[in-house]
Amino acid sequence: MTVTTAGALPEEIYDVVVVGAGVVGSAIARELARHPLRTAVVEASDDVGDATSKANTAILHTGFDAVPGSLESRLVREGQQRLAAYAAESGIPVEPVGALLVAWDDEQLAALPALADKAERNGYRDARIIGADEVYRREPHLGPGALAALDVPGESIICPWTTTLAYATQAVRAGVDLHLNCRVEGFGRAEELHRLHTARGTVRARYLVNAAGLHSDTVDRALGHHDFTVTPRRGQLLVFDKFARELVHHILLPVPTALGKGVLVAPTVYGNVLLGPTAENRDDRTATHTTAEGIALLREKGRRIVPALLDEEVTTVYAGLRAATEHDDFQIHAHPEQRYVTVGGIRSTGLTASMAIAAYVTELLAGAGLDLGEARDLDPVRMPNLGEAFPRPYQRAELIAADPEYGVLVCHCERVSRGEIRDALAGPVPPASLDGLRRRTRARGGRCQGFYCGAAVRELFVRRAELRG
Amino acid sequence: MTRSERTVDVLIVGAGPAGLTAASRLAGVGAVEVLEREAQTGGIPRHCHLGGFGLRTGPQYARRLTGEAARAGARLRTSVTVTDWAGPRTLDTTGPHGLERITARAVVLATGARERPRSARLVPGTRPAGVLTTGELQQTVHLHGRRPGTRAVVVGAEPVAHSAVRTLLGAGVEVAAMVTDLPHHQAPPTDAADTRLRRGVPLLTRTTVAELLGRGRLSGVAIRHADGREAVIACDTVVFTGDFVPENELPRRGGLLLDPGTRGPTVDPAFRTTGPGVFAAGNLLHGAEPALSAAREGARAAAAVLRHLDGAPWPAEQIPVRAEDPLLWVAPQRISPGSPHHFLLRTAQFLTRAHLVVRQDGRILHHQRLPRTVVPNRSLTISGNWVDRADPRGGTVIFSTEQRST
Ligand SMILES: Cc1cc2nc3c(=O)[nH]c(=O)nc-3n(C[C@H](O)[C@H](O)[C@H](O)COP(=O)(O)OP(=O)(O)OC[C@H]3O[C@@H](n4cnc5c(N)ncnc54)[C@H](O)[C@@H]3O)c2cc1C
Ligand SMILES: Cc1cc2nc3c(=O)[nH]c(=O)nc-3n(C[C@H](O)[C@H](O)[C@H](O)COP(=O)(O)OP(=O)(O)OC[C@H]3O[C@@H](n4cnc5c(N)ncnc54)[C@H](O)[C@@H]3O)c2cc1C
Repeated sequence: MTVTTAGALPEEIYDVVVVGAGVVGSAIARELARHPLRTAVVEASDDVGDATSKANTAILHTGFDAVPGSLESRLVREGQQRLAAYAAESGIPVEPVGALLVAWDDEQLAALPALADKAERNGYRDARIIGADEVYRREPHLGPGALAALDVPGESIICPWTTTLAYATQAVRAGVDLHLNCRVEGFGRAEELHRLHTARGTVRARYLVNAAGLHSDTVDRALGHHDFTVTPRRGQLLVFDKFARELVHHILLPVPTALGKGVLVAPTVYGNVLLGPTAENRDDRTATHTTAEGIALLREKGRRIVPALLDEEVTTVYAGLRAATEHDDFQIHAHPEQRYVTVGGIRSTGLTASMAIAAYVTELLAGAGLDLGEARDLDPVRMPNLGEAFPRPYQRAELIAADPEYGVLVCHCERVSRGEIRDALAGPVPPASLDGLRRRTRARGGRCQGFYCGAAVRELFVRRAELRG
Repeated sequence: MTRSERTVDVLIVGAGPAGLTAASRLAGVGAVEVLEREAQTGGIPRHCHLGGFGLRTGPQYARRLTGEAARAGARLRTSVTVTDWAGPRTLDTTGPHGLERITARAVVLATGARERPRSARLVPGTRPAGVLTTGELQQTVHLHGRRPGTRAVVVGAEPVAHSAVRTLLGAGVEVAAMVTDLPHHQAPPTDAADTRLRRGVPLLTRTTVAELLGRGRLSGVAIRHADGREAVIACDTVVFTGDFVPENELPRRGGLLLDPGTRGPTVDPAFRTTGPGVFAAGNLLHGAEPALSAAREGARAAAAVLRHLDGAPWPAEQIPVRAEDPLLWVAPQRISPGSPHHFLLRTAQFLTRAHLVVRQDGRILHHQRLPRTVVPNRSLTISGNWVDRADPRGGTVIFSTEQRST
């Protein structure tokens, strides 16, 4: 089990190196781990899933509204099935709440049949149009004026943090090397090998996978390809307090317009409610800050959709950057002559599609000459449950009887026990920061944002670091 | 799932000044149990190392209240969190010894209040480390002995903001400025003068924090003055102070009526909530008041609990009370003529030479001149000697202000 965060990199020649440990890179690493290969992941950040993958709307899509016939349509549909099954076996929280695309005016109403039709063409057959009465029966807190909705029962909400961590954990346990704090700054080739230059030294590998998210086009150019350009599209989101959860039963989607998918209201598996995202094209690939204008816009939209939502406290505000490109599809390209696969332009469905992308990329690597060898089943992972729909440790008498640390709550808003924090700090892919700890346990992520538990959680985190030297 | 079940006479949630004081007064009448989710009793004073607690520090005060409650015979249990209700006076708990379900003849909620964090205040920007509330700051410094940063900005100018400044300076952190969107500070003049003149911390009034800057660690805050001028103050720490919100999870989960102004449960002068047998006291009712007043409320709630245990009937109909803009809230929020009491009142903005007018159905029940300046974030106490004039079958009693020229 190897995770490195500092110091020189191993001398060995890897079969495959994956650049980027987002949800896509981690899924690819996990898939490759099923084969007798030496695989490494190099990640610029100090944690997995620390870029786009940590800041999305956390929906496991059916792909009902994809571009029919596209690669994305196929991989989202297949990825949804794979991830739903994987979640059930590994304890990633998923709730099949379903979605309603609500029509608020005649134009949107008129668009619903075409959307139902598009869903069919994407292989999704359960969508149907429901009238205003049924919409309000199912969503009593919806603002006035809804005319009808497209009911998409297959849409689910999921925990994006546990998903990435589960992939990475399973990959590392199965022998993949994960090198964090390891930004690749230069690409070279010598003696048929890729040579990736990082501040921590050079990594050598026979095959290369570019899963660098917002930087996938930069990496691609460094390897001589000019197929696409990433335009970061910022999405700002508001997270409302758990008291808002009873106001919203489904994922409430707007009817898409020419301007994009629009602002949704959705429950989260943690028991909160999300409002967002905005869609703003940026030049800066680090522009994940929120703005007064963005927040004001979201509040205005949210007031229309679920007016009572706005009376609830906001737990947090965040922003993510989608890796949009000039193309209408994922940019997954194999370059066999270079033993190289680009996995770029994974826009707003990458979480859902991740496992299918991983399987597809593995096929492309084989097609480029990589001998995969015999596939095996990986040891299953069991992830800690961060979801409210399933018993959390603080609710489990048998667990507390076996280990009283699960009965001592440290983070009161999110009800995180000292036992869970201890486990996360000792995990195979340990957190490098308080935010990383939050994504593994929810500690410090609740309504008080640390007023009560912040100092205590930091103390547990720092003492762990002190113990390790 | 096994959950052990028990009954007690009085169950108190929260071992801060309000809960502990209530416990001291109630112990002896039966089985009185106090549940505290922290490892130590005492509540917020555990980490208030400054004065203001009857010339003592907070930790000493917390120990004294704990000793008094324990000596009186209350059972104090720490590291036990009340997680939910299982009945009108039945609570579910989690602790290292397992899960419990405790039913009581009377429940006292005394769960305190917290400061709104940056996110609830909708302050935009990046999400770096170094963003705190006073509560987190005090615990970092006083309970864990850690220095939170090197140079800080304090947002707010009410009494707790001055405590934050002193905690920071005491921990060796430079304080670049205090920032408030209001036109003046809201602390007693001696505190304000001490911070500004003796400690040299400038106060920027009519100024908001427009954005937080920095990746990984905070690098500065962008501020905006009322006239539109903007500037950046370099700092690695920002403390959001005041703007209190009651820790109201249990009252809400229990379906108790909350007051839209305080966001705590509504109570009558006997600290009775809308849940029969359920009382509430301390900061849970109204955000932060000095610890001594939270303790006083705990004592008065205890007296009402005793009457309840003796069989006093739970009131059915009471007259609702409400405050009108620019007043923020008034507590208690329900009255019945006949019982002596007083009201706590808060304003949302500075008022000078204002008059308070209390009306019911258009009829004036009471009016009085308010102090020369009424300050936001600090409560006024209003006598309730006029309450008997209210009509028990009449409408809402409304507190409003009028500006009168002299
Ligand atoms: C607002 C928003 C809402 C979304 N909602 C959903 C949703 O509901 N459902 C869904 O399925 N998808 C959703 N998505 C999309 C999903 O989040 C992304 O498709 C997915 O996270 C992309 O993963 P990734 O691994 O490709 O990218 P990333 O998570 O960005 O990972 C790329 C990694 O590569 C690393 N890296 C980059 N350059 C280098 C280098 N030179 N050297 C080393 N490492 C490098 C980065 O540090 C990063 O960790 C949403 C996205 C956004 C922004
Ligand atoms: C940062 C700060 C600084 C202050 N400085 C001063 C000062 O200098 N001087 C002064 O006089 N006053 C000060 N005050 C005010 C004073 O501390 C409070 O008025 C007083 O502590 C209120 O007492 P309380 O009992 O209502 O609540 P708290 O002291 O907040 O106690 C509430 C207790 O309830 C517990 N609790 C909450 N929910 C649960 C649950 N579900 N299960 C179990 N236990 C639970 C909490 O852990 C806590 O211990 C300060 C307040 C703050 C927030």
